[in-house]
Amino acid sequence: MDNEYILQMKNITKSYYGNTVLKNVDLSIKPGEIHCLMGENGAGKSTLMNVLFGMNVIHSTGGFEGEIFFDGEKREIKSSFDAMNLGIGMVHQEFMLIPDYSITENIKLNREITKDNFVSRLFGPRLKTVEYAKMGRDARKALDKVDMNIDEWISVAGLPVGHMQFIEIAREIDKTGIKLLVFDEPTAVLTESEADNLLRIMRRLADTGIAILFITHRLDEVTQVSDNITVLRDGELVAKKKTSETTSREIAELMIGRKVEITGKEKRDVDRTKEPILELKDFKVKMPGEEVKGIDLKLYEGEILGIGGLAGLGKLGVANGIMGLYPTSGEIILRGEKITNPITKEMLEKKIAFVSEDRKAVGLVIDASIELNTVFTAMNINGEYLKDYKFFTLRDKKKIQERAEKMIRELDIRCTSSKQMVGSLSGGNQQKVCIARALTQNPEIILVSEPTRGIDIGAKKIVLDLLRKLNRDYNMTIIMTSSELNELRSIADRIAIVSEGKVAGILQPEDSDADFGLLMAGKSLDENGNDGGDQDGSIH
Amino acid sequence: MKMEMMGGIKMVAFIKNIGFPRFMMSLLLVVILVTAIFVGIPIGMVMTDLIQRVGMYGIIVLAMVPSIQSGTGPNFAVTIGIVLGLLAATTAIEFELVGTTAFIFAILMALPLSVIVGILYGKLLNACKGAEMTIATYTGFSIVQLMCIGWIILPFTSDIMRWPIGRGLKTTFTLEETFKHVLDNFLKFNIGNVEIPTGLLLFFFLACFLVYSFTQSKMGTAIQLGGMNNKFAVASGVNIDRGRIIANVISTYLGAVGIIVYSQSFGFIQLYTAPLMMAFPAVAAVLIGGATASRAKVSHVIIGVILFQGVLTSSMPVLNEIIPFGSVAEISRMVIQNGIILYALTKVDGGH
Repeated sequence: MDNEYILQMKNITKSYYGNTVLKNVDLSIKPGEIHCLMGENGAGKSTLMNVLFGMNVIHSTGGFEGEIFFDGEKREIKSSFDAMNLGIGMVHQEFMLIPDYSITENIKLNREITKDNFVSRLFGPRLKTVEYAKMGRDARKALDKVDMNIDEWISVAGLPVGHMQFIEIAREIDKTGIKLLVFDEPTAVLTESEADNLLRIMRRLADTGIAILFITHRLDEVTQVSDNITVLRDGELVAKKKTSETTSREIAELMIGRKVEITGKEKRDVDRTKEPILELKDFKVKMPGEEVKGIDLKLYEGEILGIGGLAGLGKLGVANGIMGLYPTSGEIILRGEKITNPITKEMLEKKIAFVSEDRKAVGLVIDASIELNTVFTAMNINGEYLKDYKFFTLRDKKKIQERAEKMIRELDIRCTSSKQMVGSLSGGNQQKVCIARALTQNPEIILVSEPTRGIDIGAKKIVLDLLRKLNRDYNMTIIMTSSELNELRSIADRIAIVSEGKVAGILQPEDSDADFGLLMAGKSLDENGNDGGDQDGSIH
Repeated sequence: MKMEMMGGIKMVAFIKNIGFPRFMMSLLLVVILVTAIFVGIPIGMVMTDLIQRVGMYGIIVLAMVPSIQSGTGPNFAVTIGIVLGLLAATTAIEFELVGTTAFIFAILMALPLSVIVGILYGKLLNACKGAEMTIATYTGFSIVQLMCIGWIILPFTSDIMRWPIGRGLKTTFTLEETFKHVLDNFLKFNIGNVEIPTGLLLFFFLACFLVYSFTQSKMGTAIQLGGMNNKFAVASGVNIDRGRIIANVISTYLGAVGIIVYSQSFGFIQLYTAPLMMAFPAVAAVLIGGATASRAKVSHVIIGVILFQGVLTSSMPVLNEIIPFGSVAEISRMVIQNGIILYALTKVDGGH
């Protein structure tokens, strides 16, 4: 029975420092099969692949439990070289190509065809002559297999991303004896027609007997091309299905599916008949890795608007764009005033505060005290916490300390004193300092991105409760961007799901898991004949 | 046994706390001073020399603070400021000013020059972010070389400064008749046989106080945080590039004031290639004082200049006493000075 499968991973369990990220996961793939591995960010897909390729990050953190069978035999994969020798290949999401080398050289990188010469006989095999002609022929063959009629000798630099993706694939299939090919979100960077092309080639490769493990979050691709599906959620195997026996709605549900606790959440009246306090019109943000490709969104005074979606699809670009931290186009209408090309200082002056998703790089100055981190924006923008001596100003140490101490009390920041460097605080407490800085600025709208990233559960609850309190008690309008759908559903009034740089739809927190899953996976709800309970009619 | 362990741990923590370079230099200074007493060098003379040199070099070292805080690293191009200060001082002499008037004129005259040149230099630094220290070093060298031509062709007429025949200014000329020791002699007094140049020290501490106040101002704070984490500052609406320019204008001006103070204390003005290497001892001093390429405080300047000049001035007579042949002491001085600079530069802590 074992021989039926090319790869079997059995009972894979992996934990990092006591934090279990994979629990008894099984994965089995037959030759010639396209097998989809699905799950949200953080479901354990990457860890499972790291285990398969014997990556150092696994072995340096205590290894894993479970067994891997390849080609019917139990294997110990200690490094990616072991994996390569077995015939396992990977097409990376980020291209691993050398720009100044030709396509052929890239395809044959580290596997150059060589022959002996006088020098190499004397000084060893590292000095053998490279046989370019043979390499070119091999490269041609591999390129033909992926339908690339491009010259194999031009250099990779300057080629469109679509081409690079195919060169990566050509490199993998050029390897002799390749039996299993892993595609890690290969279509993320491709245009639609390129993606279609890629799927067609995957099918063709599978028909030659190569097993393909396809990692993606695009549901339509899954249903279009795959034979079987494995769904992971929070490090656990939740389902193994035949693609023909399931629907994209069911898969979506399986990916998201967890009990959402909507605790202490009384429906509040947000007046959406008034003019929105902030409106985005065809708003585009050129943020690398989180590009926003034209969204329309309305934010009403006093509401918490959640922005959700998978990583890398543009949700983080929205807040960064509004703050003018990356180049934008399109319009922002703030309290009726039209703004194009927002400038950070002016947006801050218009009483918008920003808590960045990148706490350490953008949100804080690690080597400065809690005091300085807390008051700096207010000092710089509002000219507060300064003593005025007519010709010059100095920091008002007393006021700064008072403010920092007040924040430490109110937000329960665990520290030795307000003079402590923020670098020595825990993640959760650092996050609170970020929020303290935003609050000290005295804003009317606060944009919070990934407020609970990398902090422990207790701190998460405090941060979320704090945001809710700000909204309820001080009527602060909040845009909260988060990868944690669960959190968004527990505090937001409406949730906009951003996918592929656009708003896929706006949902209510109590809408079904399937709706959320479908939108996140890039399907619109209309296609499924379901309007997703969008009561305020603001789907765009 | 346990006590010893505790002592050891405390010692390590203590060294860590004050920083290894600072600890090493303090130790060296103490060793040299003790040796000085043993070989019978008059300690009063050494102290007098030390105090004067601290005042002389202090402000040029202080010029490192704004540039480091703004994130452009130690100002290896402080020679720009030095050249401007020399230009201001020579102009004062050209106008036949003497004494305090000449000194004050030079200091005031250096300001507009530093603002103009500092802005241009700041723009240059903003155009090559990430390579500031290299750019600064070569800009500093270039300016000195450029002014080598300048000192020849500028239309100075003062007989104090001009070569008796031919064109151009002398390489070195005395300030005896103009503003030598205007600060040093102000309220000067003696403690035993140690001479205290009150005016010089007051001026240095005043400059320190002004720079410290600037670091506590709104703009100074913004520049400082911008230097520590520029993404953070940008997200708080700080114009980083403007801050870097302002910081380098201030640094350039401190360099200019620094050389004027240095010259009045030294008693001579040295032109042409004399300023070429002046940035290095200043950078070394601030690093030994506890600064890194990305963090510096006024206290680092004071500690650094005392340690650096202390080791340098006190080791000289000691070496002369121990090795009394010809130029060995002079060679040792070069070895010590450059050794300290090299050691300090290894403590730069890389980047930004």
